[in-house]
Amino acid sequence: MNKPIFQISPGFEEIMPPEYRDLVANGPYGKGFGVGDLGAYKELVEEHPLCAGCGLALSIRLALASLPNPEDTVVVGSTGCSSLVFPQVALHNIHSLFGNQNAVASGLKRALKLRFPDKEKDVVVIAGDGATADIGLDMVMQSWFRRERITTIMLDNEAYANTGGQESGMSRQGTVLNMAPTGKKFPKASIPEVAQAAGCAYVAATSPAHPKKLEKAVRRAVLIAREVGPTYIQLLSPCPTNYKFKPHETIPLIKQREKEGTFQNQEYISEEAQRFLDSLEEARKK
Amino acid sequence: MNGLKYKVVAGPEGFLPPAAASMGVELPEAGQALVEGCSVCASEGLQKIAEKLVGAENPVFFPGPLILWNWKDGVAEKAVALKELAEAVGAKIIPMPDYRPKYPMINPAIEVNPNHPNLTIWHNKIDVCVFIGVHCHYANVALKIIRGGTNCYTIALCGEAGHEDAMVSLRDAGLAELKKLTALVRKLKGEV
Repeated sequence: MNKPIFQISPGFEEIMPPEYRDLVANGPYGKGFGVGDLGAYKELVEEHPLCAGCGLALSIRLALASLPNPEDTVVVGSTGCSSLVFPQVALHNIHSLFGNQNAVASGLKRALKLRFPDKEKDVVVIAGDGATADIGLDMVMQSWFRRERITTIMLDNEAYANTGGQESGMSRQGTVLNMAPTGKKFPKASIPEVAQAAGCAYVAATSPAHPKKLEKAVRRAVLIAREVGPTYIQLLSPCPTNYKFKPHETIPLIKQREKEGTFQNQEYISEEAQRFLDSLEEARKK
Repeated sequence: MNGLKYKVVAGPEGFLPPAAASMGVELPEAGQALVEGCSVCASEGLQKIAEKLVGAENPVFFPGPLILWNWKDGVAEKAVALKELAEAVGAKIIPMPDYRPKYPMINPAIEVNPNHPNLTIWHNKIDVCVFIGVHCHYANVALKIIRGGTNCYTIALCGEAGHEDAMVSLRDAGLAELKKLTALVRKLKGEV
């Protein structure tokens, strides 16, 4: 371990529950692991109570494995299916009021900058589509307008999934859900476009069907947020429970959506962010 | 001790016991300790803690993250002293490594969590527990839950200002206080 904070005090090694000993010995802190290393180390999230085949669980697993510095990252979550996972995540995380996540993250990032002026502390918001695009859109957009140095990741399952299945702003037009029996009357909101217009330096839309793309997007988003400005990632995370498909069909469903053109992987990098990425690449080559 | 004052005693006091602070119990001044809601001198508090520990059937220490993790200078020495104290008492140690509300996955046999400390106390049949190295707000929550739902006697060895919701609370408890307590326990047990 290169972080003293993750050392167990002398005499307490045998008393600590085994998963903590495992995290200290085999966790990802300070080791620069990525999604390619999954299965070879103790993950930040292991057991969770989400449904079998949940796209959101896949997205969270991959997003956490992609964080460049998990030991110096604080995740801000919000109400929704994802909030059931975070109590099991071995990272600093804060649960905010429904929709308030980007306001909390803004204050947190500023406080961390004051408290640790010489250290990079990444603040990453991970919330569902209801919290990001509906209830919290005000706070999300205001944080972008203010150019807060945070990363916002939306887990887009296109529904309010843990309250019985209501339509969200991210459900597609015509979607029929348990609590939307006549079908949604309006098209899916295009938050990547909103993010770009609102001043995000980096915007990406991808899914757990492409782990390497997802990893690249998360890493770029976190690094750009440190130096340039706010960043946004949208991860399509289909919900087998509310959309009534089998758990093993999650990834094929995403690929089918790509084929029929109802979901597109996309990436926008501002000029300033591109210059920053180029400088990182040059430094890496040297 | 004033008989009219609210007494912070072992429960179960009910589903929602009042916070001792709201019942007029104040934190001890420097050099003082709290015993069942009343301020006494620190040495009296230490004596009471030692007596409770020695007289307990199943005393257990609940060390929190501030002492379980070797995160700054001085913690390792305090951790070693705590182990010595637990050994002198003959008490078990059940850790509280962090504050994640891991319900329903907590294993009460090997860990304690501030959000449901009663599960660990019931499972292990603990009659006296000692909090040490637990951040203030989480200790307050846990101590209140214990008082509300169990008959466990709570002791807080606090490095800061003390805890009203513990039955006995020492403030500014550092390495020296742990060593004093170990000596007192050994004396009471007739080992010295």
